[in-house]
Amino acid sequence: MRNIVTIADRELAAYFATPVATVFIVIFLALQGTLTFNLGNFFERDQADLNPFFTFIPWVFLLLIPAITMRLWAEERRLGTIELLLTLPITIWQAVVGKFLAAWLFCGIALLLTFPFILTVNYLGSPDNGVIASGYLGAMLIAGSFLAVGAAMSAATRNQVIAFVLAVAICFVFTVASYSLVTDFLSKNTPVLAEIARRLAILERFQAFTRGVISARDLVYFASFIGFWLFVNTVLVEQRKAD
Amino acid sequence: MGERGVTTEQPQTLIEIAGLTKRFGSFVAVDNVSFTVAKGEVLGFLGPNGAGKSTTMRMLAGFMIPTAGRASICGQDVQTAAVAARRALGFLPEGAPTYPEMAVAGFLKFCAKIRGYTGSECDDRVAHAIGLTGLQGVRLQPVETLSKGFKRRVGLAQALLHNPPVLVLDEPTDGLDPNQKHEVRALIQQMAPEKAIVISTHILEEVDAVCSRAIVIANGRIVADGTPAELAQRHPSGKLDDVFRLLTTGMKDAA
Repeated sequence: MRNIVTIADRELAAYFATPVATVFIVIFLALQGTLTFNLGNFFERDQADLNPFFTFIPWVFLLLIPAITMRLWAEERRLGTIELLLTLPITIWQAVVGKFLAAWLFCGIALLLTFPFILTVNYLGSPDNGVIASGYLGAMLIAGSFLAVGAAMSAATRNQVIAFVLAVAICFVFTVASYSLVTDFLSKNTPVLAEIARRLAILERFQAFTRGVISARDLVYFASFIGFWLFVNTVLVEQRKAD
Repeated sequence: MGERGVTTEQPQTLIEIAGLTKRFGSFVAVDNVSFTVAKGEVLGFLGPNGAGKSTTMRMLAGFMIPTAGRASICGQDVQTAAVAARRALGFLPEGAPTYPEMAVAGFLKFCAKIRGYTGSECDDRVAHAIGLTGLQGVRLQPVETLSKGFKRRVGLAQALLHNPPVLVLDEPTDGLDPNQKHEVRALIQQMAPEKAIVISTHILEEVDAVCSRAIVIANGRIVADGTPAELAQRHPSGKLDDVFRLLTTGMKDAA
């Protein structure tokens, strides 16, 4: 555990030692703000909630989170520091989890900086802050899920562009799996797959959080999703570390 | 490493490599390499570029998984008891990679923490390693702003931090100026009695200067293993340069 914290600590400091942190946070806030206020009709709706904010957040994450994760392992390979890191007395699992936690914490910081939205709705009306808190929890879980996928893809290839594209593609598939477009198509051809797709889909579960519904089933889903991809990440690093 | 009482007359074997082989597709990078290194020995690992020096060292450090064979450090197998083996190892990878955005002291502190040091002991370890490698003047500078020689010394400091019984250094003096080379060699010699040290190099004068034994590797195979003086006798001229050329280019004559 102490090794995981030490690695996460170093990783997090690295975000802020390079322009990565500033660029990510500024673009995230600008994009999220524009989408919520303009496309989401935040004011015109005349409702004191953060629904427009939460509608766009999975899509903004889909674009930006793979940009954070694509360098996670590819950069260690490029610099050769993977050889240093993995010959220190740590296990690969500790390195994988440490890197993941740092990225997750970083996303948490970016999310925290969206607090003006909360202040705004509370100033203009009296929203259900419990629902807002639950929505933020859902946003953290969706960030964690995308991060876990992206980190695994970064370990799969040396090429950062390929890591980015693969991560976006996989996250996109899991996001839209519950869309009627997808499930209708699948149920016409292979009904079994349609059911599986519906169960594996991320977006519906996230939407439950934004309505203020936190169920154990969804929490277990997100935990298993993240756990699975961290496991894939560990296997990939083990197999490909010296390639 | 404290003083050992009367245990055995035989020097302790700290590094053991048996039948180590690495294939990349049909290319054999390291072919059935076996040797042991005892405490007090400084083994010079020689060979032309691409002979398999770094590959062997990577396998010894547990970074690369061998196709066949095994390696152990202080009796711990580098694959099956990886973490225990790495605790006893100080490793300088090829090119001395470090995190470029980190300050020298911060980077070494990270390594010390991973090595399990906390509080003032952690600071003492970092200060000691900085002192040994002469990095006092650049402690707070980011690694990316340093010259090649300083970067190499940061990598060396990281390997020495925990005073490990086994040191594996891939080209420790590459990129250093003559004075710095001299200092690093003096440092290695000074540590030698307490440790088993493997250094790879293609600078032959280094072998004469610090190594108690040398292994020449060519095309993944060991072609010579002996003291520098024994090796020198392999060629009528008695010069290591000539021996090296003979062993690594005209292999039939040497075998």
